[in-house]
Amino acid sequence: MGKLMPLSGNYAVAYAAKAADVDVVAAYPITPQTAVVEKLAEFVANGELNAEFLHVESEHSALSAVVGASAAGARVFTATSSQGLLLMYEIMHIASTMRLPIVMGIATRAISAPINIWCDHSDFMAAADAGWIMFMAINAQEAHDLVITAYRIAEDPGVHIPVAVGYDGFIVSHTIEPVNVIEKEEALSYAPKRATWFILNPEKPITMGSLASPEWYYEFRVQLQKAIENSKEVISTAFREFRQHFGREYREADGYYTDDADVVLVTMGSITGTAISYAEEARKAGLKVGILNIRLFRPFPEEEVFKHIERAKVVAVIDRAINPGSSFVGPLYSEMVVTAFKRGLDVPIANYVIGLGGRAVLRSHLDLIVKHAHGLSGKKMRDIESHYTFVGVRE
Amino acid sequence: MSTFTIASIPKEELLAPGHRMCQGCGAAIVMRHLLKALGRNVIIAHATGCVEVTTTLYPETAWRVPWIHVAFENAAAVASGIEAALKSLKKKGFLSYEKRVKVVAIGGDGGTVDIGLQALSGMLERGHDVLYVLYDNEAYMNTGIQRSGATPLYAWTTTTPAGSVWRGEWRRKKDIIGIVKAHGVPYVATVNFAYISDFYTKLRKAAEIEGPTFIHAYSPCVPGWRYEPHLTVKIAKLAVQTGIWVNYEIEKGVFRVTTPVPKRLPVEEYLKAQGRFAHLTKEEVEAIQKLVDEDIEYINKIAGATLIGPVEKK
Repeated sequence: MGKLMPLSGNYAVAYAAKAADVDVVAAYPITPQTAVVEKLAEFVANGELNAEFLHVESEHSALSAVVGASAAGARVFTATSSQGLLLMYEIMHIASTMRLPIVMGIATRAISAPINIWCDHSDFMAAADAGWIMFMAINAQEAHDLVITAYRIAEDPGVHIPVAVGYDGFIVSHTIEPVNVIEKEEALSYAPKRATWFILNPEKPITMGSLASPEWYYEFRVQLQKAIENSKEVISTAFREFRQHFGREYREADGYYTDDADVVLVTMGSITGTAISYAEEARKAGLKVGILNIRLFRPFPEEEVFKHIERAKVVAVIDRAINPGSSFVGPLYSEMVVTAFKRGLDVPIANYVIGLGGRAVLRSHLDLIVKHAHGLSGKKMRDIESHYTFVGVRE
Repeated sequence: MSTFTIASIPKEELLAPGHRMCQGCGAAIVMRHLLKALGRNVIIAHATGCVEVTTTLYPETAWRVPWIHVAFENAAAVASGIEAALKSLKKKGFLSYEKRVKVVAIGGDGGTVDIGLQALSGMLERGHDVLYVLYDNEAYMNTGIQRSGATPLYAWTTTTPAGSVWRGEWRRKKDIIGIVKAHGVPYVATVNFAYISDFYTKLRKAAEIEGPTFIHAYSPCVPGWRYEPHLTVKIAKLAVQTGIWVNYEIEKGVFRVTTPVPKRLPVEEYLKAQGRFAHLTKEEVEAIQKLVDEDIEYINKIAGATLIGPVEKK
């Protein structure tokens, strides 16, 4: 089943869109996403992918065009990074409340200013409240698999919500790894193409995107919230069936050594790989470290996450983005604190911000974090003086 | 194409009554006849604007054809996506019908010449089979009469008020036709519903031609231009008779005036009918007359004949 190929994360994503037999692609080049657009153009140029390829003049138009195409019943794909995602931001909200099953790849990158093309999660996190289902892959294989899974989820009649698949700029987008590539027939048997949503059709005219007064607007927003909440079940079924089809197993969140960990290090994206390898070493040295990787950021999988932190003495949350001036600083941190507090867990939960703008994240950084977190053992949340620490930054 | 007569206007109303457009609204007339001219086999992508908000107040809609609104600046991009989808689905055998469906993008002047200009340029340049209709009421009327790039010289708007320093808008209307034409599209035309036969002929031609086509529709606005609702068609007619508005088309690069005006009326006749020009001095009216005279001279020159005549002195 499948074919093993050496692929970068970007190419893995492009191969996934090809396997999903997308009908319309609209995308605009931006570093580090560019190779996705190039590869898809090549597929269309060679006749390997039968799709309309729109050379749009901006990311705003890229997302607008796939909104139009999806509303007309097509299976669509787009991808972007950083400033491009911010330019799409307006339309992201519209796409989700209009309940269009768009799939997008995000090669995550810092946002300006200063302009910086390297990896962090500022773009992904800035877009996390736009009503999309949001995944973060840890490597090229995951990016590939999650894009195909995304169609299955987005087009489910009970969901109809756009899905974004994040993967770390350069670290994943440009690193060539062996990827088990899913073929079109396999992808379509797992995620069959059927227009389950309302579409623009002259035989059956409908109005989409109308004006809703205060008497009606609220219901649209609540329906979106309910749908994204309900998508949890569809996501878990999609993962289960993915394993049946392809043998690879995914969960909303993965724990490594969390059963007996004193410190659980919470990570997203490519840092997870470094963290697992660090944890293996730290354990040999007697530090009981566990790793919790968050694969699904929206809807936030609280139940799955809590299972991995409920026995911890300290939870150390790593963020690759900040919300300046907020009460929580790191966006993932806020999710973790709420998840714990709602379930009455009062152990120190500390936030460590690292790797902004592509600054290298080393095992030694993780060691510092874990040792710092370990020092908080036995305390309550209110006993912690500072909840956040910037790691690897000039004072 | 058969010859148009008033009797041949389809009876079927594809814009349902009960919408909330103003009494005497020029855009309402544009939309009603645009739909009659194009028929049911269309999909419309609409920019945010007056028409969008007044025709689709949930849970009602005035549109009896498939219609979508996404945002203000992207009607052309949304239309591009719809057109690409139809093309792809047809090619792959997923489309439930065989007939040709024309994708139509509609935007006001703000949504077209200002905020939507980039998306429009992209759509034109990529060559999508989309008809773009600009209904031009010469300001941001939906938000309450703020100037746009299409506001004419000296017009009062709430952001170009006539005061002791400002005399209304001090810049000339953006040449959107020139911009569209520069993309080398197969068909560009201006329409004015006071000349309804010309209106239908051009809309149908623009829809039949394969590729990106553009219609610039004159669209008077009762509250924004400050006149009585029953005067809409009269003002529209005056625009053509004074040479403020010229009905023409550019088909495959060939320019043709479609409504010749042997004798023009002075622009004053047009200006004095509207409150937005009420503050104008004699000198300002003369300045506008001079600019219109120059425009007409240019139009006659490219038309190769004096199709728009001189001003008839009273």
